[in-house]
Amino acid sequence: MDTSLFKYIWRYTKAQQIWILTIILISMVPYFLALDLPKRIVNGPIQGQGFEGEGATQPFLPVAFDVPSWISSSGTITLFEGFHLGQLPYLVCLCATFLAFVCINGLFKYYINTFKGRLGERMLRRLRYQLLDRILRFPSSYFRRIKAPEAATMIKDEVEPLGGFIGDMLVQPVFLGGQAITAMVFIMVQDVWLGTIAGSIVLAQAFLIPRLRRQLLVLGKRRQLTARALAGRVGEIVDGINNVHTNDTSNWERADLASRLGTIFAIRYELFQRKFFIKFLNNFLAQLTPFMFYLVGGYLAITGNLDIGQLVAVIAAYKDLPGPVSELIAYDQQRLDVQIKYSQVIEQFQPENMMEPELQAPPVGPVPAITQGYAASRVGVVDDAGTKLLESATFKLAPGEQVAAVGTVNSGAETMADVLARLTAPTSGSVNLEGENLEDLHESFTGRRTAYVGPDIYLPQTSFRDALFYGLKHQPVRERPAELSDPKERAWEVAEAALAGNTDLDIKAEWLDFETLGTEDPNAADEVARQILDVVDLRQDVFDLGLRGQVDPEKDPELAEKFLEARKALRQRLEDPALSKLVELFEPKSYSLQASVGENLLFGTASGPTFERDKLVGNAYMRSVLNGCGLDQAFFDMGTKIAATATELFKDLPPEHPFFERLSFMTSEEIPEYEAALARAASQTVEDAAPSDQEMFMRLPFDYVEPQHRFGLLDDEMKNKLLEARTAFREGLPGEHSEAIAFYDPEVYNPAASLQDNILLGRVTYGVAEGAEKVRQVIHEVLDELELRDEVFQVGLNFNVGNGGKRLNVSQRQKLSLARALIKKPDILIVNRALTALDSRTQKKIIERVLERSNGQNGSDPFGIFWVLQAPRFAEEFQRVLVFDKGALAEDDTPANLLKQDGHYKALVSSA
Amino acid sequence: MSSLSEEVDMLRRVPLFAQIEPSKLKLLAFTSERLAFDENQDVFRQGDEGDAAYVIMQGSADVVVNTPKGETVVAVLSDNAFIGEIAILCDVPRTATIRAKSDLQTLKIKKEDFLGLVKEFPDMAIEVMRELAARLGKTTAELSQVRQQLSAKGS
Repeated sequence: MDTSLFKYIWRYTKAQQIWILTIILISMVPYFLALDLPKRIVNGPIQGQGFEGEGATQPFLPVAFDVPSWISSSGTITLFEGFHLGQLPYLVCLCATFLAFVCINGLFKYYINTFKGRLGERMLRRLRYQLLDRILRFPSSYFRRIKAPEAATMIKDEVEPLGGFIGDMLVQPVFLGGQAITAMVFIMVQDVWLGTIAGSIVLAQAFLIPRLRRQLLVLGKRRQLTARALAGRVGEIVDGINNVHTNDTSNWERADLASRLGTIFAIRYELFQRKFFIKFLNNFLAQLTPFMFYLVGGYLAITGNLDIGQLVAVIAAYKDLPGPVSELIAYDQQRLDVQIKYSQVIEQFQPENMMEPELQAPPVGPVPAITQGYAASRVGVVDDAGTKLLESATFKLAPGEQVAAVGTVNSGAETMADVLARLTAPTSGSVNLEGENLEDLHESFTGRRTAYVGPDIYLPQTSFRDALFYGLKHQPVRERPAELSDPKERAWEVAEAALAGNTDLDIKAEWLDFETLGTEDPNAADEVARQILDVVDLRQDVFDLGLRGQVDPEKDPELAEKFLEARKALRQRLEDPALSKLVELFEPKSYSLQASVGENLLFGTASGPTFERDKLVGNAYMRSVLNGCGLDQAFFDMGTKIAATATELFKDLPPEHPFFERLSFMTSEEIPEYEAALARAASQTVEDAAPSDQEMFMRLPFDYVEPQHRFGLLDDEMKNKLLEARTAFREGLPGEHSEAIAFYDPEVYNPAASLQDNILLGRVTYGVAEGAEKVRQVIHEVLDELELRDEVFQVGLNFNVGNGGKRLNVSQRQKLSLARALIKKPDILIVNRALTALDSRTQKKIIERVLERSNGQNGSDPFGIFWVLQAPRFAEEFQRVLVFDKGALAEDDTPANLLKQDGHYKALVSSA
Repeated sequence: MSSLSEEVDMLRRVPLFAQIEPSKLKLLAFTSERLAFDENQDVFRQGDEGDAAYVIMQGSADVVVNTPKGETVVAVLSDNAFIGEIAILCDVPRTATIRAKSDLQTLKIKKEDFLGLVKEFPDMAIEVMRELAARLGKTTAELSQVRQQLSAKGS
């Protein structure tokens, strides 16, 4: 990329810059014509100049040119005499012309501004795209140096001011310079002496200001770097928040942030000071000129060397000079500023050994399969610090071969896997794939025909399905679906992308590589997903995610309807007396003992913070409902009873006793507070109690569940009152809260509740041995009977995996990344200590299943494996074992042969 | 609907807890869980790890032991019986299977809760010791009786 911003912009916007300059020049014509009009309106028709006689007329819109007398004796050539109009029509016509000019000038301005804005934004888009494109081509070693938030801040914030500058880059200096020169020349013509004075002060400005500003630019640079470093630190803290907590280093981090903010403040403060000093100096110099004019000009006028009219004209002309000059200075300031920003960003985006763009361009035609395999010859890797990670490894890897790589941690096996996956470049020797150097191969070949699963997994925040199929989205396979296809919109997107040098590949097109997947039907694709997830032992997890997942009945009414049927089927089954005692179903007309008092009042799922469990007592609407149903006193009494029992039970226990975990109502610290409040409440009704006491006691009943706590506080009268309050709550719910809760209704799917809660719409009864397990079983039976397992699985595939996949646990993430590699159907699968979070039994099971697949069992295509194993004893299942020791390839044979020797392999296996 | 005080009454009738203050028993009841079993459902199985003891509140249960010839019922337990306490006092697997003979209501006392209470209230520990010592005395007496009978037969 060009190091000079000017060159960079000029390269891409030459034509537009010239075009806009031309347009502006043209726009000057109506502008100056309009300037002259008011004078003519006032002097002509209003004051009556030229209309002195009765019936006098003036020509309107004559077209005539003044020409030298040798062309025409009259001195003018008249092409059109104009319309001869009387005083009033002339006024109307002139005013109409004035209005027309206003419109024309406005439209010019509108066009120019939008054109400049669009030019700037396009250029910004191009720059950002180029930066992002470079990130995609950086060598992987470069990412050890660059922090993600810093890169983000560079691309997003630091280049932003360029947008505003690009449109003005050429126009501004031409214009302001033109205006300044015109004013200068005019002054010069009036009086050389005064002109010299004005000129020398402008020169002084031009000399002094940039020098003063030099420091400003240095500060600007520092400000940019410190702000960027701050973004990097914030990113580090967010990513490493667990380390902050587990090491009690929050104050260290605070101090670090405070010191950085302090530095930024100091830089900015100094910037301000200098900036305003320069402004002051600039203004002073600008005002110095009139002072000299008055003094010198006055002297000249008094001594009679200058006539007063000239002096006034000079002073009037000078009015027009400081504006453009100071704007020019400001422009130059901005130019330097964005130049610095630009070069500071560009610097970070010029690493060596970037991948050639051609190696990533979408290939035409099918990608060939691997037929010869890898050949590594004397491969060595030395890291930045000079440590030898791998030394002189030579071996071949035939397609279809199942190879295990074993060794202690950092024995070189991991590095070898990274080299084969092209993630680490060898520092000596070479790796060939299909007889070609790995680094020269097109990424579509290595990225599709091989698959890599490493120890570090990063999942973007998408659905489980998208995460699973990620490795199949290489390039669009089909135009975007018809319902998304607006040809006009698409044409616009393509044209705009081209104008900004962006790729025109369509993100809304179909990207899924159906050919590799083996099917185009979404249901069949889910079936493929199921098979793969079986291999990695993840199918049940997805099913459970589905049960915990949500279905939006508006988006997917059929699916919601199916699960409503499941609810009905479950309810039928639960009529069996042996099962009915397991579950208490939610019925609008009856109190649900197994649910808390608060849940009974809400009788729905809160879908937002308004009606969260902890906030119910503080919720004004809830309180008004309780009050309206005459439940205030009852709640208060119930609260005091709960508090009395709880304090009695727990008062003798030391505060750190684990029993306090069972007491959901209050913490150990609150017990003395409650004891004091109980003493006060003994003689009080709810009205007498202080609001804080009211809150303390009325909070408690919301969490009360009779069969769990067994304080015996709910009689039939109370239940009936609570049911009344439930109805009142629902019926009187203000419109503003209508989105905050989804009420339970046996006939309606509840969008806020999970799938499982929707099917059950009730609670598992407390105190029935193995109750939850039995209910789970019945739900599964119902799902089987209605053949809804696939649907639940689908809902599970829609599960949002969260930021970095963190809503999945580590072993699920590891399994998912292996599944993602398998679904690509690679010719060679490279696995690098990727199942560390799994117990060894599961690891073994998964390895066996992957080996089966690799043999082509169960109709899958056979493929080769290079697997860096966590536990060396799993290697016996593989055809061949590479043993790495201290960075060198120490042994290479079948596991059986290796076991016969007294070598590293035998030692590794027997020590494990 | 049962309430804590009912369960406290129940607990008090268990010999092991008979001498313990009602307020401590109430805490024990609060931390325990009411658990119902169907007829023929196992409360726990022989060989399982012991994580809780149970007090029978209502109904009766068979004590079943695995022998080489199959399962044998060695005893029947009913109201106020305290079962499974051996496994939670010393870490041994369950020595027998407990199977509900009818619909069975129990109070499940988790191992850590029981030990927690004993640790917190030494009085309770003494009561438990006293009860266990009494049982040991009884068992020892029975054992020597059996030995005498055996030696009488053998001679």
